[in-house]
Amino acid sequence: MSLLFAPPPGKALARAAQAASWCLVALMAAGLFSFAFAQLHYGWNWEAIWGYRQKFLQGWAMTVVLSAVSLGASLLIGLIAALARRSSFLPLRYSAVLYVEAIRGTPLLVQILILFYVVANAFGVENRYIVGVLALSLFAGAYLAEMIRAGIESIRDSQLESARAIGLTPAQTYRYVVFPQVVRQLVPPLAGQFASIIKDSSLLSIIAVSEFTLNAQEVNAFTYSTLESYLPLAVGYLLLTLPISLLGRVLERRFRFAA
Amino acid sequence: MRLELHQVSKRFGESQALREVTLSLADFHSLAIIGPSGGGKTTLLRILAGLTAPDAGSVRIDGQTLDFSEPALLEHRRSIGTVFQSYNLFPHLTARENVLLPLVRVHGVAQPEAESIVATLFERFQLSRHAHQKPAELSGGQQQRVAIVRAIAIKPRFLVFDEPTSALDPEMTAEVLDFIAELRDEGRDLIIVTHNMGFARHVSDRCVFIADGLALEEGPSDSLFDRPQHPLLAAFLARVLRY
Repeated sequence: MSLLFAPPPGKALARAAQAASWCLVALMAAGLFSFAFAQLHYGWNWEAIWGYRQKFLQGWAMTVVLSAVSLGASLLIGLIAALARRSSFLPLRYSAVLYVEAIRGTPLLVQILILFYVVANAFGVENRYIVGVLALSLFAGAYLAEMIRAGIESIRDSQLESARAIGLTPAQTYRYVVFPQVVRQLVPPLAGQFASIIKDSSLLSIIAVSEFTLNAQEVNAFTYSTLESYLPLAVGYLLLTLPISLLGRVLERRFRFAA
Repeated sequence: MRLELHQVSKRFGESQALREVTLSLADFHSLAIIGPSGGGKTTLLRILAGLTAPDAGSVRIDGQTLDFSEPALLEHRRSIGTVFQSYNLFPHLTARENVLLPLVRVHGVAQPEAESIVATLFERFQLSRHAHQKPAELSGGQQQRVAIVRAIAIKPRFLVFDEPTSALDPEMTAEVLDFIAELRDEGRDLIIVTHNMGFARHVSDRCVFIADGLALEEGPSDSLFDRPQHPLLAAFLARVLRY
């Protein structure tokens, strides 16, 4: 028994041992939730929800699109902020510091509200999808900026010296020496960042962006079937984040040995 | 080649690396710069390599005065081949790509031509089977040989070596020093800073002794090693050659 669940360290895990432990964990989770749901004495009404399956799908697709666009935009913003942070022009450098610290120090919810009701309003931007993508990418961009900066700073001085010695210009040094190495370091955490954006996009429901969470809330309002509305929501997010998280782990392993 | 320095000074914060060094070396092929650590020899080499500008003074190489503005220094660096102690190669590129990078991106050689230049050089210096390996997969000696090939691939005016073997174990040191001697025998001009006195004497026809930021003695290598004039050089040689 102890060999099955606590194999000696150092050896590769046997498939049987892995499967047995996963089954045990799944059983315990299932038991816990079965007990909790049984205590509710809840009258399940899945038929009402099935009628709204299109709405779930549309919301889910919108979440995927919003998250993907935001990931792309946040990479660009993060790159600009990381470079600005290393600029020798102080106002630019301090703007980047202010941006990163302000975003990382405040809740996304507050940022969305301020961006939509104050900033976007002041500039006459009414499209809540544009504001939503902007809010998500500004948020993720601040975290990416720090990752990119750490990546750039991990390049040893000796490499920059070599780049100078062979006659690369500073721009060429970034293009051919620094960025290729930063990208390698960035790919694994980027998967995690993408999963975060997907989950964080649920907050856009408060400014009525018709994404997955808002649609589930609406179905709940129409049917009064709260659990039936929100359980598919959890499953829908997991369907996106689990593969991404697994992909991140694969990439991490691959890039670790490629250094 | 010819080298003339006139009152070259360089200071790093508190320490004066070079104090008004004046030197005139006519007609050498290979120059060894020797001296105790911290004496200023690496600073001098870095100035010759266009990596550092002196605070004062002028440098003439083959009659041409070095312009210490950054664009001019960039051009200067592009015309010579520099090899450092270690970590010369970019870790994300294979040996072959490391040599291709300056050829293609700095010197504008067309990709197919650059590839054939690299293939020829790797063939000649027995590096072909390492062409597709990353630096981390190569021994220190192999890495230095690739770095030297990268330096000569661009047909430099001369080569500059900054203690190219001080990070290597003895066996690899021999491998790299043999390579440098081979380049010298081909008639390439080179300037080398080294702690290896036997090699300095063997590879160079001219030698400069730098200590305390001053060029205390220079001359043909054999006579400088056999009959040191300056007491500091005599003491230095006695110290490093004792074992």
